[in-house]
Amino acid sequence: MSDTTDTTPSTTFDHDTAREGSHAAERDFTPDGRPLPPKRDENLVSSVSAEQVTGEASLWSEGWRVLRRNPMFWVSAVIIVAMIIMALFPQAYLWFYNGDPNPDGVCTLSNSVNNPNAPNGGRPSTTNWFGFDIQGCDMYTKTIIGARISVFIGIIVTTFAVVIALIFGTLSGYYGKFLDTFITRLTDIWFAIPTILGGIVLLSVMGTRGMWQVAFVLTVFGWPSMLRLMRSQVISTKEEDFVMASRSLGASNMRLMVRHILPNGITPVIVYATIFIGSIITAEAALSFLGVGVALPAVSWGLMISQAQTRILQAPHLLFFPGMALAITVFGFLVMGDALRDAFDPKGR
Amino acid sequence: MFRYIIRRMLQFIPVFFGATFLLFALVFAVPGDPIQALAGEKPLDPTTKAVLDDRYNLDDPLFVQYGKYMGLLPQDEIEADPNSDVAGFAGVLQGEFGFSLTRRPVSDIMADAIPVTAKLGIMAFVFEIIIGVSAGVMAGLRRGSFMDNFVLLSTLAVIAIPVFVLGYAAQILFGVQLGWAPVNASGGSFNELILPALVLGAVSLAYIARLTRTSLHENLSADYVKTATAKGLPRKRVIGRHALRNSLIPVITYLGIDLGALMGGAIITEGIFNVPGIGREVFQAITRSDGAVVVGISTFLVLIFMISTLVVDVMYALLDPRIRYE
Amino acid sequence: MSTATTSPSAQSSTETIAGRQVDPGAPLLEVENLRVEFRLNTGTVVANDGVHYTLKSGETLAILGESGSGKSVSAQAVMGIIDSPPGYVTDGSIRYRGIDLLTLPENQRRKVRGNHISIIFQDALTALNPVFTVGFQIAEMLRVHRGTSKSDAYKAAAELMDRVKIPAASERLDSYPHEFSGGMRQRVMIAMALALDPAILIADEPTTALDVTVQAQVMDLLAELQDETGMGLILITHDLGVVAEVADRVAVMYAGRIVETGDIDDIYHMPAHPYTIGLMESLPQLDVKGSRLVPIPGSPPDLTRRPSGCAFHPRCRYAQQVCVDEDPALTPPVPGMDRRLSACHFSEEAINVRRR
Repeated sequence: MSDTTDTTPSTTFDHDTAREGSHAAERDFTPDGRPLPPKRDENLVSSVSAEQVTGEASLWSEGWRVLRRNPMFWVSAVIIVAMIIMALFPQAYLWFYNGDPNPDGVCTLSNSVNNPNAPNGGRPSTTNWFGFDIQGCDMYTKTIIGARISVFIGIIVTTFAVVIALIFGTLSGYYGKFLDTFITRLTDIWFAIPTILGGIVLLSVMGTRGMWQVAFVLTVFGWPSMLRLMRSQVISTKEEDFVMASRSLGASNMRLMVRHILPNGITPVIVYATIFIGSIITAEAALSFLGVGVALPAVSWGLMISQAQTRILQAPHLLFFPGMALAITVFGFLVMGDALRDAFDPKGR
Repeated sequence: MFRYIIRRMLQFIPVFFGATFLLFALVFAVPGDPIQALAGEKPLDPTTKAVLDDRYNLDDPLFVQYGKYMGLLPQDEIEADPNSDVAGFAGVLQGEFGFSLTRRPVSDIMADAIPVTAKLGIMAFVFEIIIGVSAGVMAGLRRGSFMDNFVLLSTLAVIAIPVFVLGYAAQILFGVQLGWAPVNASGGSFNELILPALVLGAVSLAYIARLTRTSLHENLSADYVKTATAKGLPRKRVIGRHALRNSLIPVITYLGIDLGALMGGAIITEGIFNVPGIGREVFQAITRSDGAVVVGISTFLVLIFMISTLVVDVMYALLDPRIRYE
Repeated sequence: MSTATTSPSAQSSTETIAGRQVDPGAPLLEVENLRVEFRLNTGTVVANDGVHYTLKSGETLAILGESGSGKSVSAQAVMGIIDSPPGYVTDGSIRYRGIDLLTLPENQRRKVRGNHISIIFQDALTALNPVFTVGFQIAEMLRVHRGTSKSDAYKAAAELMDRVKIPAASERLDSYPHEFSGGMRQRVMIAMALALDPAILIADEPTTALDVTVQAQVMDLLAELQDETGMGLILITHDLGVVAEVADRVAVMYAGRIVETGDIDDIYHMPAHPYTIGLMESLPQLDVKGSRLVPIPGSPPDLTRRPSGCAFHPRCRYAQQVCVDEDPALTPPVPGMDRRLSACHFSEEAINVRRR
């Protein structure tokens, strides 16, 4: 279901089609309507006509056509937009809510789930939708506010990783030689340190741990995979005929990279970046849960669950609401990545 | 083949020192007093501080500190600690990963815990491969079937749920509500570890299932599978021998990368289920603000990760002859 | 062309294949009214629509056509290796020595593949399994079909590789496909296909992926092996030059149908379908100096939207209104010319265009 577009034969953007002569690999039908990997020469004879394969513009519009018809794209888009609004303007989810007796964020221990006399025992009720936590804070308010750190860290870290990948991945892939060897060796070293482990080590010796510190640490350990992807994209795009053609026409290196290689090699990076946001959100939550992520009094979903540890078995709502918020957010980015890949990067599947 | 393994092992050496130095430098090059940082907010008693200062050779230049930490350079006598018997070469390469704030060697803390974690990890790994690959094969063989959609949706859900949420949810559901599994795995026995191992392996299991599915489906339409069918081989052999073998190559690659996630996951899972492994030691050390233990054990885990990656790479070469000649 | 004396169809009449009685009088292979559909999301593609041909022992039949004409599909239908879904054989019969393969249960059909009918593909690099040695892949035929022991099967594999002229065959048993050159890989493919002495070999564009000089070697090898074994050869190609050299008979395919069949000389000298004429004119000829190459205008039709009437009419320079309205039947171009068939309303006129 997540890949309803799987079987949709999308127009294959194939630069070789133009010179597809009698010598070219010939195949009557690819049964599922796609060219079979890994040979690039094969063209899908019947459903790709020459007019359809005109270039970048049609790739994007074709992708958008596929994307639009994918219900999972819309589901994930709604989730992502909802979460971004929650992160930027939590009031949008709070103004109609009257459950929090302390809008200033001051919590009352008398409401705690530990207090048998708390309203409804601190459990979810019609006034307090998500119930109260151990400190007597309203869980709905906290869950809404908690979106900010998750979403922001996910986006900040991914932005940094993409920028690093765009600059150094492109240079490394394009120029090769010493620079490439150096960067590749460096990523080899980084790959030896799993993000969570590195994060635990570095964060456990850091004094202050706010959103920016956690984002910094996750960037420090998370960047190499994006760079590797960008680099390999640049290397394969560099060999394409249209780049060779531009080069032989005297296009400068800068122009080749910016005008030709980047636009054609970036789709897998965009797809990966979307999924990467999801995995960074998970990583942040895990670090906060372990107690090395954002520190109190910050509100984060991981931290909420961490604080509830001792009571989770008795009061599952302490786990359920922040857990669901996390899962839905990550789900949104994962599914969006899948949908984008189906639409724009059929080869990457 | 042999040359490939040798080359791969030679490449391992700079990565090994690079990664350990990176970690060491990040910890000890942070601004401020690293020893105080290891202890968090808590005030440190002077003796312990002196011992740790001495132990991590903070007066030396960073490279010398690192050399001593790794056991490449001789360790100084620790004067401040009369109980210390540390002398000569004793560092990471000799299996010493530093001292806790209670002055207990980290290697000591790990000694009892490692077998439990190894057991948990292997169980998780086996679950991942068996369940993940079978689910992937079932889905990949019949694309678009009910089974396929079920596998796709359930794996997506599992991937989206963070491992600690999954852990507690499993504990509540299977431990408390249904009573199928013990909530507490503090004994570390096989039965107790089944649930934690499933939780630990769940996310990777889901990835493996999806990867196997895609890869198998792709390979099923590959030319050589058509050839195998045209050879008149039974379908079982076409799939099991020809298509699956090729499909598992990316899965093996994934397993290598995945080990890293498994280690981070082990810390969380062991913490939740109270499994007496090294993950729980890290989990508890974080709570006690015993940074030295956190850093020590994490470094050990990074080493294990590096070695496992090496093993996976060699396996990869065994499975895919093309790689050996690259 | 054939010097076959050990033709499989000449064996005793009590022979059974896959549990069915062989009809000793029947041709080696008879494809009749074959219809193959691919049910894709975008619509149903009729890749083969009433395909019809016969093959005799020792004979070489060339199936000629452009990409997308359905020629490979018909070969895969004969082999029974069409991916299903989305591909389905919905009508017709494929009779091997009188036995209709389409009615055989899959486990019996499987025994025909490789044993009686073999296929080689265009690109041996992707057609051979990259992770097994060539020795394993050749020996697998004998081990699975005949239960030959491992060492005997490898010995036989080495002999087969020797037979297809792979130098130092026994030393190369343990090599992987990617360690061979393109021509040698195709020889491995041929050795594998011939491992069980099939009566029919289908060669699906066997030389397209190869260099020109190697192409000739592979074609010569195929012709030589055919002479030795007396097998029937179906050669699927878009290369008219190859056809002229080796084929006995030709079937020209267009848009999923056979549009013309006949003996090679007849078709070559007096094609009876405008499409065949077009193919001839787009072929450079050394003996006709100064004549210009005339490409066929347009491109093959999208089979989900097959043109009305004669599918070739949008590209045909002789097209009339009747071609748009009526689908021409495959009939003798001139009454009495019964070794020729052509599906054109004007085949009689067409046959005179290039008669020489």
